[in-house]
Amino acid sequence: MRVGLSWLREIVAIPATATSGTEGGHDVADRFVRAGFEVDSVEVEGSLSGPVVVGEVVSFDDEPQTNGKTIRWCQVRVAEGAEPRGIVCGAHNFAAGDRVVVALPGAVLPGDFGISARKTYGHISDGMICSVRELGIGDDHAGILVLPPGTPLGADASVVLGLGDDVLDVSPTPDRGYAMSVRGLARELAGSYRIAFDDPASAVTVAAGGADGGWQVRIDDASGCDRFVAQIVRGIDPTRSSPDWMQRRLQTAGVRSVSLAVDVTNYVMLELGQPLHAYDLAKLRGPIVVRRALPNERVRTLDDVDRTTHPDDLLIADDSGAIGIAGVMGGATTEIDATTSQVLIEGAHFTASVISRSARRHNLLSEASRRFERGVDPGVAAVAVQRAADLLMQFGGGRAETTSTDVGERPPPTVITISTTLPAEVVGVDYDIDEVLDTLQAVGCEVEQIGHELLVTVPSWRSDLRDPFDLVEEVARLVGYDRIPSIVPVPPRSGGLTEAQRARRRIANALADAGYVEAPSYPFIGPADLDALGLGPADPRRRTLRLANPISDEQPDLRTTLLPGLLSALRRNISRGNIDVALFETGLVYRIDDRENGLVHPPRLPVDRRPTDDELAALDAALPRQPRQLAVALAGDRERSGWWGAGRAVQWGDAVEAARTVAREVGITLDVAADEHAPWHSGRCAVLRIDGVVVGHAGELHPRVVEAFGLPPRTAAAELDLDAVVGAAAGLAAAPTLSTYPLATSDVALVVAADVPAIDVETALRAGAGPLLEGLQLFDVYAGAGVAEGSRSLAYRLSLRAPDHTLTADEVNAVRDAAVAEAGQRVGAVLRS
Amino acid sequence: MSAPNSNYDPVEVSPLRADEVERFRDEALAAIAGATDLDQLKELRLAHAGDRSPLALANREIGALPPQAKADAGRRVGQARAAVTAALAEREAVLLAQRDARILVEEAVDVTLPWDRAPRGARHPISTLTDRIVDVFISMGWGVAEGPEVEAEWFNFDALNTPVDHPARALADTFFIESADSGVVLRTHTSPVQARTLLTRKPPIYIVAPGRTFRTDELDATHTPVFNQCEGLAVDEGLTMANLRGTLDAFAEAMFGVGVVTRLRPHFFPFTEPSAEVDLRCWVCHGASVGHPENPCRTCRSEGWIEWGGCGMVNPRVLIACGVDPQRYTGFAFGMGIERTLMSRHGGGDMRDVVEGDVRFALAFGPES
Repeated sequence: MRVGLSWLREIVAIPATATSGTEGGHDVADRFVRAGFEVDSVEVEGSLSGPVVVGEVVSFDDEPQTNGKTIRWCQVRVAEGAEPRGIVCGAHNFAAGDRVVVALPGAVLPGDFGISARKTYGHISDGMICSVRELGIGDDHAGILVLPPGTPLGADASVVLGLGDDVLDVSPTPDRGYAMSVRGLARELAGSYRIAFDDPASAVTVAAGGADGGWQVRIDDASGCDRFVAQIVRGIDPTRSSPDWMQRRLQTAGVRSVSLAVDVTNYVMLELGQPLHAYDLAKLRGPIVVRRALPNERVRTLDDVDRTTHPDDLLIADDSGAIGIAGVMGGATTEIDATTSQVLIEGAHFTASVISRSARRHNLLSEASRRFERGVDPGVAAVAVQRAADLLMQFGGGRAETTSTDVGERPPPTVITISTTLPAEVVGVDYDIDEVLDTLQAVGCEVEQIGHELLVTVPSWRSDLRDPFDLVEEVARLVGYDRIPSIVPVPPRSGGLTEAQRARRRIANALADAGYVEAPSYPFIGPADLDALGLGPADPRRRTLRLANPISDEQPDLRTTLLPGLLSALRRNISRGNIDVALFETGLVYRIDDRENGLVHPPRLPVDRRPTDDELAALDAALPRQPRQLAVALAGDRERSGWWGAGRAVQWGDAVEAARTVAREVGITLDVAADEHAPWHSGRCAVLRIDGVVVGHAGELHPRVVEAFGLPPRTAAAELDLDAVVGAAAGLAAAPTLSTYPLATSDVALVVAADVPAIDVETALRAGAGPLLEGLQLFDVYAGAGVAEGSRSLAYRLSLRAPDHTLTADEVNAVRDAAVAEAGQRVGAVLRS
Repeated sequence: MSAPNSNYDPVEVSPLRADEVERFRDEALAAIAGATDLDQLKELRLAHAGDRSPLALANREIGALPPQAKADAGRRVGQARAAVTAALAEREAVLLAQRDARILVEEAVDVTLPWDRAPRGARHPISTLTDRIVDVFISMGWGVAEGPEVEAEWFNFDALNTPVDHPARALADTFFIESADSGVVLRTHTSPVQARTLLTRKPPIYIVAPGRTFRTDELDATHTPVFNQCEGLAVDEGLTMANLRGTLDAFAEAMFGVGVVTRLRPHFFPFTEPSAEVDLRCWVCHGASVGHPENPCRTCRSEGWIEWGGCGMVNPRVLIACGVDPQRYTGFAFGMGIERTLMSRHGGGDMRDVVEGDVRFALAFGPES
């Protein structure tokens, strides 16, 4: 809410400071901030410098110009008895004898607009007659500002116009509806400065009110409305407009000036926080009824939109039907118009949640609805209505009826009992009892001390104060959070990372050490992404959760695989010139393929007690499975080329090795086998298993996938269920006993059918070699001359060692023969001759 | 009485003649001094100090001399052999030094040539900063808790004292799964981990919960729909807001350095009461830019303070909903944006660079942010 300091000063005596005569906007803003109100800006409204004064237009001549315009060559006097000076003016909305604002040479208007005597339209214009926009106090540029007739000639326009006011844009938090008014903000300042506060609401003398007041009102829905005050004012002169000061305050607050009656209701809303509505009495048909909407009921709102209501909307109706959406916006049929002379002013109290839902349903976040949903003081309705009636009488010549209508069932005030020591116990500051009492009284509470307890009656405008801790906050913030000491607590037992958390950190570091750059991507995907991956229609990764309100309509789903995001990041890098790039990501995916019927709506659980374990289990069962996955994707050169020679391009094996790197960090090895699985190249795809359970895939991407994502050929990728890998972590390693006897080696070249996987040959050799085998290295793979068609030669080096003696040549040969024999038996390997 | 040596050989063999021994020695010394490489020296060692060398052969003859001649011959031959051995060692040292000097010069390379054969990797600064934050709390004896990202509304809002129609709930810009009434959302903050922790552990509880959070903001220089927070929660007997401040001060010092000034500013969160935002004193202008538009500060946008996160004492309503006795326990909680912390620590930056996965961003931070 934007409010000028001068308005706040009318209500609360902001004290002087040591350094300046009075606290300025920034000092007051600091007070607000310390009390818990954000101040978005402090601006000086309409700052003028140099001679800008009140002048009188003595006479003028209209002079048509060749460009089609007619300018006025005016003679303007800027002091009693002074010679008039000539000023050229483009506007025509004034007459001889009018008082106007004149900027004389040397003045600077807002926007750093300097004024000097200059030649224009054949005259020397010795100054400028100003519009409200040029003065920085309004948007109206249609004509110049004409001042009231008796405005003193030669007076400083800044003083006359009340310019130079510091305007604060204060944003109360959503729980503090009372602070969306000058009354509420001034009360906060008084509490902050610890000075007296005279409630402007107390200054209004309210007419007698009751159910049989001036107009019949019926509340049919007590759950939506607990108070409705209505007062009639007749005989308003419809030609009168609201006073300048009122218009300026409205304008400062960002409220458009419409007519006296409407301006008054808005002004009182800003002043007291009570949204008001003015109906043209002549257009009302019978009693006003507050009720919920009927099926398919329509209402035409003030913004000239014909709206279909929802059965939960609270409406204001008369015999003609709906005449407004309660607390949100009035109706067009009873709107104030240029001839309205009698009005009915409504000041009501509606239930916050009802208004909040209506406003959002109709996308009508009005000044009224923003206040109602944050909480309006139900006690101020009659005062506000009376205040509006008083202003209409004062400025519109109206006559208010002596009795008003005031109906509804107001709930009793909230009473909270707290221990006198609770604020100290919660905040950790030794407040003395007077500080506690003073603060609670400053926010408007009535406090009764009974021994060690305080009986606190909450004022009607503080619906946010419900619990003892709410009162603790009031004490803490108004005494000041800067009083709170700084004491580091010491947990009674030590914390630390879990094994899984440590493992995930190791894995991420290992991949970074291996040259992978972490690139977390958004979890949003779309059907096109899954098409690009080449997933079949029955692929479980097609079973996605969909967002009701996605950022992009192309990507409305939650990812079931990390690859679309990671491959997009890979392409983005390449397009930006980062061509040798290896990326990784760890993150959650969201899987519902284990659900028959997709998402189950979880039960609504209570909050006034701990839900039972069964209730909590039902809640968690409704959520999707969210395993943490890890993916890598890489393209370009894995080893760079350079002055040392050629590099090495990325290959399928890099992706498999990345997966092995991950497994190594938790002390396990992955079982690798060939597989066909989208989005991988069907001949270059490895399935990765732990104890027979698939935990991921790795290899070269399918050429079509590479093409669909705009990636270079041979791009490789892997994706792993990280939770499964980390969950399979090896336990404590047993410390080995090292043999210091010499290592013996023996090389064998085995010829096997080309379709025998190397892993099978290796497994056979290991099994055949037995416990003396320390290492096994495949050092050559060969097919071609000397090896039969359809076969290939695999050359292994066996490294052997015994724990207790030096191996003899006979022992080495025996181990080698046994290994070869096993390979022969298992995979038909024969020694290459 | 001793008998005369019957083996006495009266003939003095020529190799033992004093002039001969000197000749052998001098020849050897001359040859060694003239050796030009280590191979040659090796041959000379064989020729002049080996088993078949003249001095070695002379040495062998000493035994046949009459006793009175032995000592003299032995001394002369011994001195000659020692001189040769010393000369060999001396010359070898010279030749080794010469060879090393030659090889090291011949094999010299340009060590400034690049050797970046393997592209560098890096973790994302958001991840390493998260680790750093976690480590700060681990060192204070805290633990780390986790929770799901697709979350029940009950955990994201209801359990945190934010009922349906609460204005704060409407402000949260929530992503809903399937429909606005499904009861399932993408969590808008890490605070649901508070409720999950309170429901599954008994106090005392001291945990941080870093993780991804989601709000329906469009990506621009300062906003991203997917961001990271770190939640903190402590519930124990006798905890006060002073403990909250102490924890935040220790945290701020670990993040921004000794001397950083914090401020608690009253605020509103449904799940804490009293609530506060924690601000950091601008470390560039120290507040001097406030109200001085002629001297603006980019770091704090001339506000003097930099918003860091939200915090407060756990609202007893939250404790009740999670089955913790509010009469016995109090708690405090806080939540910081990790992106905001990163940008504050490292001076600005564009949010798009943080989220788009361009390797140049992560690489710029090195192994730790």
